[in-house]
Amino acid sequence: MTQLKAKAPLGKVIVITSGKGGVGKTTSAAAIAAALAKRGHKTVVIDFDVGLRNLDMIMGCERRVVFDFINVIQGEARLKQALIHDKRVETLWILPTSQTRDKDALTEEGVEKVLNELKEQFDYIICDSPAGIERGAQLAMYFADEAVVVTNPEVSSVRDSDRVLGLLASKTKRAEEEGTEVEAHVLLTRHDQRRIDAGEMMTVEDVLEILAVPLLGVIPESTAILRASNVGMPVVLDEPSAASRSYEAAVSRLLGEEVDPRAEREKKPGLFSRLFGASA
Amino acid sequence: MSLFGFSLRPRLPKSAQTAKDRLQILLAHERRDGSDGPDYLPMLQSDILAVIRKYVQIKQEDVDIRMERNDDISSLEINIEIPSPEQEAPARLRSRAKG
Ligand SMILES: Nc1ncnc2c1ncn2[C@@H]1O[C@H](COP(=O)(O)OP(=O)(O)O)[C@@H](O)[C@H]1O
Ligand SMILES: [Mg+2]
Repeated sequence: MTQLKAKAPLGKVIVITSGKGGVGKTTSAAAIAAALAKRGHKTVVIDFDVGLRNLDMIMGCERRVVFDFINVIQGEARLKQALIHDKRVETLWILPTSQTRDKDALTEEGVEKVLNELKEQFDYIICDSPAGIERGAQLAMYFADEAVVVTNPEVSSVRDSDRVLGLLASKTKRAEEEGTEVEAHVLLTRHDQRRIDAGEMMTVEDVLEILAVPLLGVIPESTAILRASNVGMPVVLDEPSAASRSYEAAVSRLLGEEVDPRAEREKKPGLFSRLFGASA
Repeated sequence: MSLFGFSLRPRLPKSAQTAKDRLQILLAHERRDGSDGPDYLPMLQSDILAVIRKYVQIKQEDVDIRMERNDDISSLEINIEIPSPEQEAPARLRSRAKG
């Protein structure tokens, strides 16, 4: 125990962003946070979507919210009073947002202060961004070390992702003050092989060619996602599914591990190996 | 309950029923409190703090409020850590309110 405490937490901030709404940011933030925590990393997932609180429902802790991110920023509550400890994974925490206030309640100083305090206690701080490219989304990405750009294989989503990649390269603390880059990855979600085979949907390769950012994973369109949200479970904590396996593989890559492409659902043999640059 | 082995409305699959139940509980609370209703918990906290401080010095984070919302009843659990006079392990004041 003492040894565990002596080790300084990693304090890495990862934003889950996209520009476009409804592409799977909150689903992905919940799944990624839970998968990291399951592996023993002390993880917190923060809802930045002020006024449209949803992460609490996806995480299944909506009945336990007392204080939120905004209360902490405004000095009405301490961080430890607002953090909700997950009942299933010992190393997982949720910082819900306010349902009653608006985005103006988020201030750059406030967000920075909370993130700095979280960095002293957590290995991973996952920021679930609101849609859009306005204030809320910009603050969610501003202090990030890494970014997961959630994209659907569909024109408006890819276009918005490109826009967000531009912001990540210019409108972040790393870009503005430190001259370093936010490490960005694309997470392709709602991937539907049948529609790709029918020529109705862009392939993973098409999307990567356009965005030119490393691929973190491909999450299939799956009924398991709806089921998991119904019961308030991040999909990786729910019953096994292709979607859950894909999120686990994406998190392995996020941690810099080699992933055996066979671990993922693969209809066209060799496709994923080529895309992720692994030896075939 | 169904009379002839089937009901008029198709029975919701299990997870869909869970979703509906969760939403009904949550939305009942949200509608009652209203989106512009009083955000009373911070005020409750500072009132508790003020009352306790008339007698002992405690810090803001020594007040811990936990909530569990259920359909018929919600419980508010308030834990207050109070330094004991001999500077030993802090004493705890515990109170549960239901309503
Ligand atoms: N891989 C998937 N398969 C099927 N449905 C999905 C998938 N990912 C997300 N969804 C659904 O898409 C909708 C939007 O997801 P959400 O995570 O809330 O997106 P965002 O946070 O980007 O607005 C939800 O109804 C969710 O259940
Ligand atoms: Mg969302």
